[in-house]
Amino acid sequence: MSRLKSKEEYEKTRAFRFFRWLSGVKDPYVGEMEMHPQEEYKIEETTILERMQEKQMLRDKIYDVEHNKLLVAFHKVYVICAIIFCIVLVGLLLYTVSYLPETGNPSNPADNEVAARYIEDGLQETGAVNIVSGMILTYRAFDTFGETNVLFIATCCVMILLMVDDAVLKKQEEKNDRRFEPKNDVILQGTAFMLCPVIFIFGIYIILNGHLSPGGGFSGGAVMGAGLILYVSAFGFKKTQKFFNEQVYRVAKITALLMYGMIGSYFYITGANGIENHIPLGTPGHILSSGIILPINICVGLEVACTMYAFYALFRRGGL
Amino acid sequence: MDFIRNFPAIAILLCLFAGIITSGLKQKAARILNTVLICIELVLNGCTLFYTVITGEAFVYVMGKFPAPWGNEIRAGVLEGMMGFFFCVIMLLSMLGGKKKLFDEVEESKMSLYYVLTDLLLSSLLALVYTNDLFTAYVFVEINTIAACGLIMIRQNGRTIEAAVRYMIMSLLGSGMLLLGICMLYDLTGHLLMSNIKESVQLIVAQGSYRVPILVTIALMCVGLAIKSALFPFHAWLPDAYGYSTVSSAAMLSSLVSKGYIFLLLKIIYRVLGFDVFKNSHIIDVLFVFGLMGMIFGSLNAIAENDVRRMIAFSSVAQIGYIYMGIGMGTKAGMVASAFHILSHAATKSLLFIAAIGLTDVSGGSRKFIELTGAAYRNKWAGVTFTVGSLSMVGVPMFSGFISKLLFAQAAVQNHAKMLPALIVLAISTILNAIYFMKTVIRIYTPVENTPYEKITFKDMKLYAVILVCFIVLNVLLGISSQPVVDLIEQGLSMFA
Repeated sequence: MSRLKSKEEYEKTRAFRFFRWLSGVKDPYVGEMEMHPQEEYKIEETTILERMQEKQMLRDKIYDVEHNKLLVAFHKVYVICAIIFCIVLVGLLLYTVSYLPETGNPSNPADNEVAARYIEDGLQETGAVNIVSGMILTYRAFDTFGETNVLFIATCCVMILLMVDDAVLKKQEEKNDRRFEPKNDVILQGTAFMLCPVIFIFGIYIILNGHLSPGGGFSGGAVMGAGLILYVSAFGFKKTQKFFNEQVYRVAKITALLMYGMIGSYFYITGANGIENHIPLGTPGHILSSGIILPINICVGLEVACTMYAFYALFRRGGL
Repeated sequence: MDFIRNFPAIAILLCLFAGIITSGLKQKAARILNTVLICIELVLNGCTLFYTVITGEAFVYVMGKFPAPWGNEIRAGVLEGMMGFFFCVIMLLSMLGGKKKLFDEVEESKMSLYYVLTDLLLSSLLALVYTNDLFTAYVFVEINTIAACGLIMIRQNGRTIEAAVRYMIMSLLGSGMLLLGICMLYDLTGHLLMSNIKESVQLIVAQGSYRVPILVTIALMCVGLAIKSALFPFHAWLPDAYGYSTVSSAAMLSSLVSKGYIFLLLKIIYRVLGFDVFKNSHIIDVLFVFGLMGMIFGSLNAIAENDVRRMIAFSSVAQIGYIYMGIGMGTKAGMVASAFHILSHAATKSLLFIAAIGLTDVSGGSRKFIELTGAAYRNKWAGVTFTVGSLSMVGVPMFSGFISKLLFAQAAVQNHAKMLPALIVLAISTILNAIYFMKTVIRIYTPVENTPYEKITFKDMKLYAVILVCFIVLNVLLGISSQPVVDLIEQGLSMFA
């Protein structure tokens, strides 16, 4: 076997390592990867005892289960009543549904001029090939703005509940983060290294093509958020914070929502007053077309991605 | 003048913008922005009210360039303008009145989030008031629910977290029922716009088809909104949520959040179902009975309570019962009385919460009655204000509560079938109200010697005292010059139909 490279040089190449792995000489992961958690997971016995005592005390002192037969009976009756109530409600709703118009019947009340205009004139009026996007972001843009604000306010509430601001607590949270798992999992990192770019590109694709194909800001944003979560679980917060820290999060969120609000308000107020709004619809089918849908989709996508990641980070360690 | 037509939409959008911007501000800037925002909203809604009164008719405003059944639409009439204006007034007073307490009870870093929540809460309230589309209403009901949860739990201790969880579960159940109702209505009529649904519903009822689904839909919507506004059997979330949250939140929750849902119910009754369809369904009698029960059981619970904040909270259950009794009466007079009581109760309940905090503050922060003895001498302003609120709740002439009781009694006399139970329960409830409110007033005016707590004077609480005076003025205004308000409500209700 003739080689162009010397043996030493050849041993440095990927091909050598690959064949070595293939023939089973050496598994590259054995010995080089953190296989074990950093600390053994164990709960101190005293805390378990304490917790059990607390539970016992609650049972004995507050509810006084032994003497308070009425309470026990009440709990039983309560459960039975709840089950009966649920069954009755389910029965009632099913009974009602049997009276509703049959699904798929063309003469249903729901198949009226509203849906007809969305389907027939949607393409000309909104310029969007994807009728659903055209409907939620042009015809009913106000509802969707409200829906985006639901996400925003939900993050605010989670922040109130879980955000840790105290410096001491923050340190402790950082220490506790991933305490019982390997910090640098090579398999996860390798997979994330390959998958993350693909996921991000796919997410961006869904957002940018929201008006052309199924998808849009909400779904694309969710995909991007999932990519961010994968990245942070593989590489940890320190690396993620290099490009996505609280500052960036805040700026991205506020800019996205404000942009959406501005575009929306301009659209509503000019439309309502009968003023021409100068938003070009473009040629349907092109990437730069369909008026306000593309920019709004980008804003919604950003907001959704930020929200997904913020939820994950807040639940995991109480901060971004 | 026609540019005023833009104001309702601008008001809603401005709140949303302010909420978004506030999330990036420090707490002082957030507070200033919040106050400025509410003042601007006050002006915008006042102008809308003025415009609709002058033109004498409601107007619709298309959100975007596509007309009604395809695009979104909002609608403003006299009643909408009045509610929007009134909600802004109450919100301004509650926020300023509870400001000091807010600093004590909320972590400093989370303060700006509190203002985000209030801004968005205001936007959702205005949207619920002005919407002409059931789905828009649902979207803003969601915002309202989440904001209310946040308002409860921003003061972080075990009690409020538990209260918030309880509120969330009950409230989401209510939202779910409302959503089911909207879905069924859409399936039956094919529309989400209120006026179109109404046409279709009238047609369906005239034809006599779909009798069961219509009945179930009305039931689901009423029960869903009743849960969210704490009608009697669904009030389990209320005492903790109002009793332990920070005082601004309690005032806003009792006088704005629950009232927003009741106003939505009024709107659904008039603009979606049609008043006659609603009247002929038997759901109205169920609401009437539960309203009556709420009036009695809420008051009984309040009498048994040993905590002043929770007592006021239970009193809310009774007052919500009044409103539902008025709705259940099934006459226009009953509706007018309910709509007036929305205003009167909102004004009085926020006053009571804000005044009670002044009393508990001079009693070492304790809310137990025994500690409150003589509190009115230690904080004279709060004492007087609490007394005014109590008198109004009991229904003494000159105050707003009297007018609503008078209207309820008048409405009851006009409805022969429901006159007797309504009048009897009204009388019993008034006596019960008097028992627990007068008990508190006597308690706070009982002189006590050698008290460990210090007196507080005007100098220490300038803003608070001014707010209390504003509350008293508002209450007395509603009580003395009630006729213009009642006229406006009547005009607004006739615009609804």
